[in-house]
Amino acid sequence: MSAAPTRFQSATQDPAWVRWSILGLVLTFLALVLILPLVSVFAEALSKGLGVALDAIRDPDAIAAIELTLLVAAIAVPFNAAFGLCAAWAISKHDFPGKSFLITLIDLPFSVSPVVAGLIFILVFGAQGWFGDWLIDHNIKIVFALPGIVLATVFVTFPFIARELIPLMQEQGVAEEEAAVSMGASGLVTFMLVTAPNIRWGLLYGVLLCNARAMGEFGAVSVVSGHIRGLTDTMPLHIEILYNDYNFVGAFAVAALLCLLAIVTLVLKTLLELSPSVHSAPK
Amino acid sequence: MTISIRQIEKRFGRYPALNGVSLEIEDGELLALLGPSGSGKTTLLRTIAGLEFPDDGQVLFDGADVTFAHAAARQIGFVFQQYALFKHMSVARNVAFGLDVRKRADKPPRAEINRRVDELLKLVELDGLGKRFPNQLSGGQRQRVALARALAVSPKVLLLDEPFGALDATVRKSLRRELRRIHDATGVTTIFVTHDQEEALELADRVAILNLGQIQQVGTPDQVHDHPANAFVCGFVGEANRFEGKVESGVFTSGPIRLAAPGVADGDATAFIRPYDLAKAPAGEGFELRVSRIVTQGPISRVEGADATGRRIEADFAREEVAGVQAGGTLRLAAKIAHVFAAT
Repeated sequence: MSAAPTRFQSATQDPAWVRWSILGLVLTFLALVLILPLVSVFAEALSKGLGVALDAIRDPDAIAAIELTLLVAAIAVPFNAAFGLCAAWAISKHDFPGKSFLITLIDLPFSVSPVVAGLIFILVFGAQGWFGDWLIDHNIKIVFALPGIVLATVFVTFPFIARELIPLMQEQGVAEEEAAVSMGASGLVTFMLVTAPNIRWGLLYGVLLCNARAMGEFGAVSVVSGHIRGLTDTMPLHIEILYNDYNFVGAFAVAALLCLLAIVTLVLKTLLELSPSVHSAPK
Repeated sequence: MTISIRQIEKRFGRYPALNGVSLEIEDGELLALLGPSGSGKTTLLRTIAGLEFPDDGQVLFDGADVTFAHAAARQIGFVFQQYALFKHMSVARNVAFGLDVRKRADKPPRAEINRRVDELLKLVELDGLGKRFPNQLSGGQRQRVALARALAVSPKVLLLDEPFGALDATVRKSLRRELRRIHDATGVTTIFVTHDQEEALELADRVAILNLGQIQQVGTPDQVHDHPANAFVCGFVGEANRFEGKVESGVFTSGPIRLAAPGVADGDATAFIRPYDLAKAPAGEGFELRVSRIVTQGPISRVEGADATGRRIEADFAREEVAGVQAGGTLRLAAKIAHVFAAT
């Protein structure tokens, strides 16, 4: 026993070669699977110069797709924020029969393939669907139109905000609300003055994630949209169409824009996490 | 305000939390609800507050039935064990909350609210800390804020749920005296829940002792300590040596220990002797204690040992009384006072 033993810095520390190989594995994997594709998207988009890429985005069909994507997100995200708040409030602050079933149900969109989700809406609202005749009689268009795209997006992004809020509100318990009520505050006042400030960061975080997913949703939207250029094509669908037309620069230019939107969302989220006020009350 | 609790029943699922509890609380009284965990004391307090509703029975405030009145309508002040301060509000805003949320017609003017907040912060000795946030205060200070906040609405009754439970021993002691002082200054009817018998006996005018969802005894600290109603109260309030034995024609026997038990029915029984109710006895009386250890704290010496059958017994003496006694020696003891209860 002449060799000096390794000096560990903490009890859970592993030998250097283990640490470095695990870290190396993770970094290699990240570079291959995340960084490389991201870089290639931008590289491909700019391969024929910035001007060509910008032209692809300025194309009327592309602009329509961008507008539709933003519109869908602008409807779906507030809707899911409202639903997520209600669901989280009901689940974390109250006891009722079927509570665990409701939690499972909220997770359903995570486990169902988006394509299946899209097909469900075709089945229900399509021309041959359950409500098809009634909808045609009343001249209401749901599938292959904005309402269908919004419905599909809402379905797929359903769990994001509720899932973010439920553990947060469960952890906070009901003592502050009980204190407010015992001092004579009504339910609404208690929510506005006590509950809402306590969950604002979690809510914002959930909204950002939900927004990122709402803009990027492909599968479900692809089924219900009908791919009408300039009308029912969202950005992800538009990218696919351009790609299938062998318009690679155009496809990658729009893809780069979508990536930028997602990156902005994630940067916002990171800034939120760094802000000290997320974890403690304002000083 | 007087509070009458009549035959309250409350179950959580199949588990009964309160089992026909009745209690009268007098105006301006400071009452302790004392009991082990799971005894139903917190459920009873929350039922009075309107944070919990009974399955059966009535709660009356000054004779008016409020059993199913909403907590917001009861004009109570409630203090939680974990403070439950609003983290995102300053201390002053916390204290002002109950006044701020009043309907416009009942809401005092801003200047009046500010004056009231200052007055309350002074009462709990936190003047000048109104601009701080709860996370900048110590545990004891937070509980003072919670107390001031509960008092701001001029409640008819102040309810405290284990108010000192999360605090360390020193802070707990000083805050205990503080609560008594504030109670005496405001005169508000006060009920607090505790599992700490020392706290209940020191602070309360009267103590209600609960076990298994039932009231075991209600009385002044002296009454429950000196005249326990049953074996549970005797074992729970104050320290006691406990002996299982038999009563036969008014005499309790357990090994070498014989105690007078007038009026106790024949059969199995439990006897309690408090450590300071044991005294030295002349030869031929009492029983012999083999001393294993003597612990002296200030003027009191606690003698620990065992009787002939090996049961552990503790006895307290004035220090000089047992000056000559050594560990390993023997001491003859007899009980000055004992409490004997027939087994139920």
